[in-house]
This record gives sequence, structure tokens and C-alpha cells, in this order.
Amino acid sequence: MAQQLVGLTAYGGYIPRLRLQRKSVVQANAWVAPNFLGKGKGERSMANWDEDAVTMAVEAARDLLGPDDDRSHVDALYFGSTTMPFRDRLNSGIVAAALTLDEKVRAVDVGSTQRAGTSALLQAVSAVKAGEARHALVLASDHRKTKAVTAQELDFGDGAAALSVGTDNVIANYLGGASLTVDFVDHFRGDTEEFDYNWEERWIRDEGFAKIVPRAVKAALEDSGVSADEVRHFVLPCSFGMKFVQQLAKRSGIDPETARDTLAGNCGETGAAHALVMLIHTLQTEAKPGDKVLVLQFGGGCDALVFEVTDKIASQAGKRGIVGSLKDRMEETNYMKFLTFNGLIEWEKGMRAEQDKKTALTTLYRNEDMLMGLVGGRCKETGVVQFPRSRISVNPNNHTVDTQEPYKFAEKKAKILSWSADFLSFSMNPPNHYGMVVFDEGGRIMMDFTDVEPGTVDSGMEVKLVFRIKEFDDKRGFRRYFWKAVPIASSAAKSQTGQAAE
Amino acid sequence: MATGIKDKVAILGMGCSKFGERWDAGPEELMVEAYLEAMQDAGIEPTQLDAAWFSTHIDEIGTGKGGTPLSLALRLPNIAVTRVENFCASGSEALRGAVYAVASGAADIALAVGVEKLKDTGYGGLPVGNMGTLNPQWSPSGSAPGNFAQLASAYRAKHGVNKEDLKRAIAHVSVKSHANGAKNPKAHLRNEVTEEQVMGAPMIAEPLGLFDCCGVSDGAAAAIVTTPEIAKAMGKKDIVTVKAMQLSVSNGLESQHNSWDGSYFHTARIAAKKAYKEAGIDNPREQVSMIEVHDCFSITELVTMEDIFISPEGGAVKDVMDGFYDADGKVPCQIDGGLKCFGHPIGASGLRMAYEMYLQLQGRAGERQLANPKIGMTHNLGGAPSQNVCSVTIVGAHGV
Repeated sequence: MAQQLVGLTAYGGYIPRLRLQRKSVVQANAWVAPNFLGKGKGERSMANWDEDAVTMAVEAARDLLGPDDDRSHVDALYFGSTTMPFRDRLNSGIVAAALTLDEKVRAVDVGSTQRAGTSALLQAVSAVKAGEARHALVLASDHRKTKAVTAQELDFGDGAAALSVGTDNVIANYLGGASLTVDFVDHFRGDTEEFDYNWEERWIRDEGFAKIVPRAVKAALEDSGVSADEVRHFVLPCSFGMKFVQQLAKRSGIDPETARDTLAGNCGETGAAHALVMLIHTLQTEAKPGDKVLVLQFGGGCDALVFEVTDKIASQAGKRGIVGSLKDRMEETNYMKFLTFNGLIEWEKGMRAEQDKKTALTTLYRNEDMLMGLVGGRCKETGVVQFPRSRISVNPNNHTVDTQEPYKFAEKKAKILSWSADFLSFSMNPPNHYGMVVFDEGGRIMMDFTDVEPGTVDSGMEVKLVFRIKEFDDKRGFRRYFWKAVPIASSAAKSQTGQAAE
Repeated sequence: MATGIKDKVAILGMGCSKFGERWDAGPEELMVEAYLEAMQDAGIEPTQLDAAWFSTHIDEIGTGKGGTPLSLALRLPNIAVTRVENFCASGSEALRGAVYAVASGAADIALAVGVEKLKDTGYGGLPVGNMGTLNPQWSPSGSAPGNFAQLASAYRAKHGVNKEDLKRAIAHVSVKSHANGAKNPKAHLRNEVTEEQVMGAPMIAEPLGLFDCCGVSDGAAAAIVTTPEIAKAMGKKDIVTVKAMQLSVSNGLESQHNSWDGSYFHTARIAAKKAYKEAGIDNPREQVSMIEVHDCFSITELVTMEDIFISPEGGAVKDVMDGFYDADGKVPCQIDGGLKCFGHPIGASGLRMAYEMYLQLQGRAGERQLANPKIGMTHNLGGAPSQNVCSVTIVGAHGV
């Protein structure tokens, strides 16, 4: 029996709206680092204060999965990142809870290397090939912290990618691949360190990329039975410029014109997510059915995967993906805000911020679907929906008892009933916006707003819901997550489409 | 069928401390200040007190929990002291406990004392409160102004009022209260302000500026209640009796059910209706002489005028701008300056409102005395618009 074809079945993407203008960074730092002035072009994506690798992965996954309540088909979840918020708490478990995946899902964290995203994808492919998973979800996300006045703060970006792997409705068949494992230490982040320690760029370029990548390309092409001249898209995250990437392609006998945009100008390198971010960007822009795509990720060696795009690619037309995420942008010129959001500034938060944010883990677990999945209740008798779920219905006309079944709110349409912009309460990004959000199909939640453009909010405005960090417990290294409302009209109205100013 | 509280209980004496930033006084001194005035007014000895109710809201920075702080501060003769807490309506709860004790016959004379010492936090505004273990995991970490400010956005959407008109109307609410507070020697804020000053003040929570928010004050207030018969036997004249005392508490409808539009207080309407019925009032706009409402924020006062059925639905902006609630208007509101200027020591506020009604009805309100008031009403709210407790109390001259 011929082996069933395994491949990508869908994609999703998420790049945070804020785009830090590199010019504002290099100008602020010119007094100490005039050598960076030449890098002050374009913009990098910048996570809001309440985003991390987990929340961005959730957003990318929601883009992939769509609004359907039933996500029970997802039977495996591979999450690749080097910036997972917890060293010992299953980070993919947080993602699974937020997505309300079935508890039977096999959730795995893949970390410790820039290859975490591609390695997660390779694991998913193996699991589906082996018949151990039918619909595997692969997420890759990174929110890397950088020291101020470094090339990395300019080169990096924040973002996440989602791919699903399966055998039905395949949009890109997996033809083969290779993984080279080489302990080439271009950079490292020690166990107790927040920041990367980087070796000389010229060595990384000449002894690392230039020598290791071609070996991975060769192995992957051999494994997939694809010849170099068949490759239509050469996808390689690399911060040494497009010219160097083209040279690398050429060195492997691949047309240099197939080298795909590293998104250095308008996004920055999103770490372990970036190979998948670039792949999805390619699938959304230049890939046509029949095209062969070579995806590479350098780091502790190199992963290489070869795909062939199918005509099912059209099924993904409605996805935001990376292209849509890049369009939904808000210029940020305040470098201080970037430093503050990333915890690089010791600033006076005021006494109101002193309140202990200890989370009762017992309470969290008792209310897990409510707090992580935004699941409320729906009365089986009256149809009234409410948040949170309760034994006695809130329905003023019929307080039925024990009639509620779980009801998911996260993907439902909603509008602002009432709101305020609060300058008094502590906020990482004042004024603190929050208000009553009313759902078109019933139910309401008083909730925090985020990604708000002050001055644009009003009653009646539509919102979408996003999974975000609610609060940090700095004393204990914990962070609480919950859902927040993003006013849609403000993001649409204020979003500046098109390329960043060079 | 319950017969209600009307005329079953009389106020024997009341007291109120000076409100304000009382750097000189702890909660104990504040309680003593209000208590001694009330005892002198009542003309009784501590041994005549049968039971006491004690209200304070924030125990973390105030007196701590339990009934002992009151008993210790006042050296009460080992009588029952019950501590009550119901958000910002705690003061009305203390009074309700004392009144019910007398009405039931369990006590001949009962004491109610409310206190709050807020200025021991080290920062402005109310202290950040404790919400249990579940709420902080999902409720917005907002503030009181941020919660009450939302009334404005919903009220504008419902009644089609533009931003500028509503901002000016709520500014007038504060201008009126400042004018009244200036005449009250016990008030925290005693300066007059103009509409322009109010509208130009720094923003606290959109659209509420600094002058749309009440003072954060230290203070205490006390009431001593008994039966009208005992009061008469003690030779009291101009006896003031309780006509109605109602409390309505949210059950989640506002915060979880889409029948509430966010522009009004569901509980206030219920409590007001019940209170009017209990007091036998069928036309409040004509029959109520004066009101003290829970003006924690200017917008709260404005919408409350409709919730207690004195202004017609959607008519509060006009009434406010017409001066209907000014000191020389038809139904003066916050004649003592209200929470806005008298101040808002949370556990004391409900009792402070009753104190002003009592003084006015006895003709002892000094420079701010109204001409011949017969019926006074207090409205004491706790919580946030979407989830709250609302207490409405009506008092009046005995026999009216």
C-alpha cells in the first residue's frame, strides 16, 4: 500500500501590532553607539506589554483554527520557542487550555534552539506519518529579550506562526527533509541569563551559515528526491542581508531569485518562529500550486524541509496569516516604551502597583475553562448564556438550577456597552481602558481592553477577544492570563497599511 | 405582610466628626468625636445603650476586623457590637441594624457608628481593595472612577446626549456641591468652584475629571436610636422618625445579563420604589423636601436623580442645569456638600447623610438650613454600577 501523503493542512499567523521604528532606537542610542545609525531603517514588530510567546502562539493558532467551537480533532500540539514563560509548567498546556483543546491532546514543548519551530514541525510530521496523530498543530513563537544598544534589539522582532499537519486537504505536501546537529555556538543563553551572548558575526556567517546550511540543503534535497533547480522558494531566516541569502542559495545550485524575503525591513527576525513565519508569508504571496519550497532554519545545526504546494492552498485565502498581520500595524516611535515593556527600565509604578498578585492555583484550576478558555454557561432550558457559569442561572425570568452547559465566548461577536479610560489605576500602558463587553448572541463580560488607540473608543464599537497576560506576579515569577477586548474599529481606522518608511 | 418601619423608630441623637485629611486622628479618635457629640445630643449615659452596630469598610488600613475596635475606643459597657460591611453603603447598614433592633423590641436604645480612616495609605484615591481569589483573575484591575465613569458612555448612548452637554451637566453637579460644602464647617472641601474649573481639571477616568470625584476623607458619624415613645418620655421635641429603610443588592443581572444597558442603577430603582411605598410617598418630586445621594462621582449623582424617580427618565441633565437640585431649587441635593465636599469616609457616609437630614429636620443646620423641610431621603450606594448594593432611607418629622 502506498504511503499516504502527509503535509501542511492550514496556516495561521500573528505579528503584534506595534512596530518600533528603528530610527527612533538608533537616534536615542547614537550618543553611545553611532555605529548603529546605519541600521536605523524600517521597523520591527514589538509585543505589547501583555504579550509573550504563549499569547502570540494562541493568536496564531486561533487564526489557523477559525471560529468553530469544536476543536476536538486536534490530537497533538507541538510548541516551539526559546522564550517560553515557564521553565517547568507545560507551556503548550497553557496554549491548549486557552484554545479549549481536548485534554487527550498530546502537547509537547520544543525549546532550546532557534530550530525549535522547525523541529516542532518535523516532530508533527513524524507523528502523523507514524499514524500516532491525525491532526497535529504546530506553533512557534518567540519574544526574545535583548539588551539595550545591541544589534539584536534592531534585528529581532516578536511574532508567532501556526501550521497544522495532517493527511486531508493538504495545502503543501511534505516531500522530505533533514536535520543536521552541530554544536556551533553562534550565541547562547545560559540557564540563569535573560539575554543572549553573541560571538562575532563574521565567524557566524562564514563558518556557520555558509558551511552548515548547504550541507542541510543537500541532505534534504536527497531525502525528498527534489533537485536543486526545482526549488522555487528558498526560505531561510538570516540577518546577514538578502544578498548573502541569495549567495547561499546559489552555492547549493538553487536560483538566487528564489530567496524569500526575510521580513527584516518590516518585521524583524522572530526567533524560533521565523522559518515558519517566512514560510507562511511565502505561501500567502508567491507560492503557486506545484511549487517546491525549501524551508531552512539555522541553529545548533540546521533543519531543512521540502514541501510541494497543492491547489488546496486556495482554501487558506481567508486567513490573516503573516501578510494580514503585517498590514495591521501601528507605528511606535517611543523607544522608552519598548524598553519599559521589556522590563529594561526600573521605573516608578506607584504604590498602587504594590498589591500582591499572588494567584490561588486551586481557584485557577477549579475555574480553568472560564479563566483560560473564556468558557461560560448556556442554560439548556432557556438558552440564556452567561459568564461565568453558575449553578443558578442569571436569567431574571427563570433562575433554573443546574441547567448550564459550557459555552465558549472567545470567538463570538461582541460590542462595547460602556467603557472608561482610567488614569488612576495602575497600568503598564495608561490610561487603563476597560468596560462592559456585550456579546451579540447573549452574555456580557466586564473586561480589560488592550491594543487600544486612546481617543478612538466609544460605546457600540465592535471588539475582538484576545488571550493576554492579565498580571505579573514578580515576587513568585508567575503570570496570570485572561482574555481582553481589542476595539476593532480603532485598529482598522488607525492601521497604516503598506510598507514601512525606509 | 410586613408593616414596615415607618414611625417605629426615632433618632435620639446624632454626631459627626470633622471630615477631611485628619492627619491628627486615627479611627479611634474619629469614632470618639462622633460618639461624644451623639451622646450629648441624646442626653444619655453609656449604660443606657443596649446594643451597637459598627460599620467600616476597609479593615486592612482601618480598624481591623470585628466589633472590638468600637467597644475599645468608646469603652462600651460590654454590650453587643456587630460589625457590618457593605461596601460604601456600610454606614447605612449600621443604622439599619440599630433601627431594626429597636423596632424589634430587642433594644430600647441602640447605637450606630461608622468610621473610615483612609489617609493612612500613602497615596491619593481609595486603597486598592481585596477581591478574593477568583475575581482578581478575571475582573479588570480598575478603579472606582473607572467603573462609575462607564455610566457616562452608556447614558450618552442611550439618551443621545453629546459629550460636551453631559460634561457640563456633571460639572454643574460638582459646582453646586462645592457651593454647599463651603457653608459646612465640618466639610472636607470648602472652596467654591466654577463650571470651567471643573471641566478643565485633569482627567481621572474619562470623562470624569478631578472635580467629578468625591473627596477621599477620614471621618466618623454616629446615631442613637430609640422608640418615639421613649424619646417623648425623655422630653424630646421635634422628633425625627425613620419612615423607610430599604436595601437592594445586585444578583448578577447587570453584570451578566443583557437586559441592563449600563446607564442606570438597577438596585437604586428597586430600593427607591420600596422605600416610597414603605413611607407612603406617591409623588417623590413633590413630597420629598431634600435628598442626600451617593455622589461618589458627579455622573453617579446625575443618573441617580432618575433612579430615585425625582427627575423623569432622560430628564436629569435638564433638571440639573435648571438648578432644580441647587440649594435654592425645588429639591435641594447634597445641602451639606455631599460625598463630593463633605467627604467620603466610607463606613461613615451613610450615617453622615442621615446626620444632615436630621439636622435640617430639626432646624439646626446653621448657615445652610433649608426652609421648613418635612421629608428627607438618603441614598447610599456601594460597589460599582454593574454590581452594587443600594440603600435608601427616608426620615421625617414624627407624625408627618
